[in-house]
Amino acid sequence: MAQGEKVIVCDKLTKRFGDFIATNEITFEVNKGEIFGFLGANGAGKTTAMRMLCGLSTPSSGKASIAGFDVYTQTEQIKRNIGYMSQKFSLYENLTVKENIEFFGGIYGLTDQQIETKTEELLNRLGLKSEAKKLVGSLPLGWKQKLSFSVAILHEPKIVFLDEPTGGVDPVTRRQFWDLIYEAAERGITIFVTTHYMDEAEYCNRISIMVDGRIEVLDSPTNLKRSFGVSSMDEVFYQLARSAKRGD
Amino acid sequence: MEAVVVQNMTKTYGKEKTLAVDNISFSVAKGELFGLIGPDGAGKTSIFRILTTLLLADSGTASVDGFDVVKDFKSIRNTVGYMPVKFSLYQDLTIEENLSFFATVFGTTIEANYDLIKDIYVQIEPFKKRRAGKLSGGMKQKLALCCALIHKPTTLFLDEPTTGVDPVSRKEFWEMLRRLKEQNITIIVSTPYMDEASLCDRIALMQGGKILSIDTPDDIVKAYREKLYAIKANEMYPLLKVLENYPGTLNSYAFGEYAHATFKDQMKNMEEFERFLAEKQLTGVEIKSIEATIEDSFIKLLH
Ligand SMILES: Nc1ncnc2c1ncn2[C@@H]1O[C@H](COP(=O)(O)OP(=O)(O)OP(=O)(O)O)[C@@H](O)[C@H]1O
Ligand SMILES: [Mg+2]
Repeated sequence: MAQGEKVIVCDKLTKRFGDFIATNEITFEVNKGEIFGFLGANGAGKTTAMRMLCGLSTPSSGKASIAGFDVYTQTEQIKRNIGYMSQKFSLYENLTVKENIEFFGGIYGLTDQQIETKTEELLNRLGLKSEAKKLVGSLPLGWKQKLSFSVAILHEPKIVFLDEPTGGVDPVTRRQFWDLIYEAAERGITIFVTTHYMDEAEYCNRISIMVDGRIEVLDSPTNLKRSFGVSSMDEVFYQLARSAKRGD
Repeated sequence: MEAVVVQNMTKTYGKEKTLAVDNISFSVAKGELFGLIGPDGAGKTSIFRILTTLLLADSGTASVDGFDVVKDFKSIRNTVGYMPVKFSLYQDLTIEENLSFFATVFGTTIEANYDLIKDIYVQIEPFKKRRAGKLSGGMKQKLALCCALIHKPTTLFLDEPTTGVDPVSRKEFWEMLRRLKEQNITIIVSTPYMDEASLCDRIALMQGGKILSIDTPDDIVKAYREKLYAIKANEMYPLLKVLENYPGTLNSYAFGEYAHATFKDQMKNMEEFERFLAEKQLTGVEIKSIEATIEDSFIKLLH
């Protein structure tokens, strides 16, 4: 990975809910074009952190800039320069596939002409041409997820944030989803992704693992396995998660 | 004794009569841990909903613990536990309030059946005064599971219970299922995690509303006849593309650190393949022959 432009710079970013610290002074950087895996046990603080990075929630303290924009003062610019797929489903179930694409294209400020081309392109790429007039709510989960990813990058954002995009998706569709991720990364879109699938951790250039609100380790999967002296990411995760105190 | 018996069950939806469940028959023994495995849209959720009496089949019969899903729906509702994909928790009730609500509905208490849920509940208990709406995704999932279990059901239906649950908790969760099984509770579970599928006593592989095969995980893996290779290189995406373009490739796909692939002619010409890889400027290449897993069997079936 070229040590080029940093598109996420995060310094002691913290979120408190009352006296509970959900995300605790996390510090890290992500390079342009990188596939960055953001891992951690349930409740570790991943979604909370991601929402701050997307300009959707104001940090309690610390600093972060996303594509050069400040998470406190420039949230509108951030939203225009990123894509976000939330842990809950993010498309309209009662609109058709085509209507969803058009709707979000409009939100992202694409022209009618651009929307038309993009829609065509996307339906072809996803093999959804014959489904274009179906309600999104009637599609199988994996298709919905591939569609919402494609919609999240409709405006060619600098970074796309994906919160457990493949949760509940079957093994074959999960791999198709990762093909889409790879393709986007090749075009220079930075990928910031959470997952509980340890095989997917292997597909990332670097990953961080959060424990109780903090980033405990950050490195490439190969280096992490080496430094823990284990052969799989599963084992790295077990060792770290066992050290968790929150809840004991 | 058979706890669940399904005979020639068919279910279609809507005016177009979209076929969701296509003339399916199977049975599950009392105390068995039975997995329904298949891609999205295979018909698993429809089967769960029919067996828990929330949906009527178009044709066929089904019974749970000897009760007919149509005639005896009330008895079934009182005895089974069901955790749907999207479990409805009361978002403005706390963890504790949600759990006691579900206990009360079934005329029991948290204390009475605490041992059943303990392993999972202790993980969220420190937050028991927190409203469900403010829990993380995985924490909600754990609470939902406790709610489905709190009345000590005789048969437990779990539709993708570990989606969103982290790897360590998933392991604990499956240890818990093993213990429920020892108490003779029948469990039918669906999961997108193939490592979990291999922990079931038997699994039904489903696609397009049909059951393709029912067998023990061991026998499903044994039925995988092709020679399977694991291939590694420093760059995964280029490797996947190279494998896809190699003329001798039958099927290839990412599998964590490695890519897995099968080849025509069972790969008699290994040197030619190695030369092909070398030409493509892949670094750190490693090739080894491996045993298939359930995940490989699944992928092959759908290929
Ligand atoms: N609005 C809120 N008020 C109070 N606590 C909250 C709120 N939002 C999140 N939390 C708590 O912060 C912690 C971190 O939650 P978060 O959703 O960030 O976890 P996560 O790492 O995304 O977990 P998962 O893998 O389960 O999705 C949890 O204990 C959660 O209950
Ligand atoms: Mg989360």
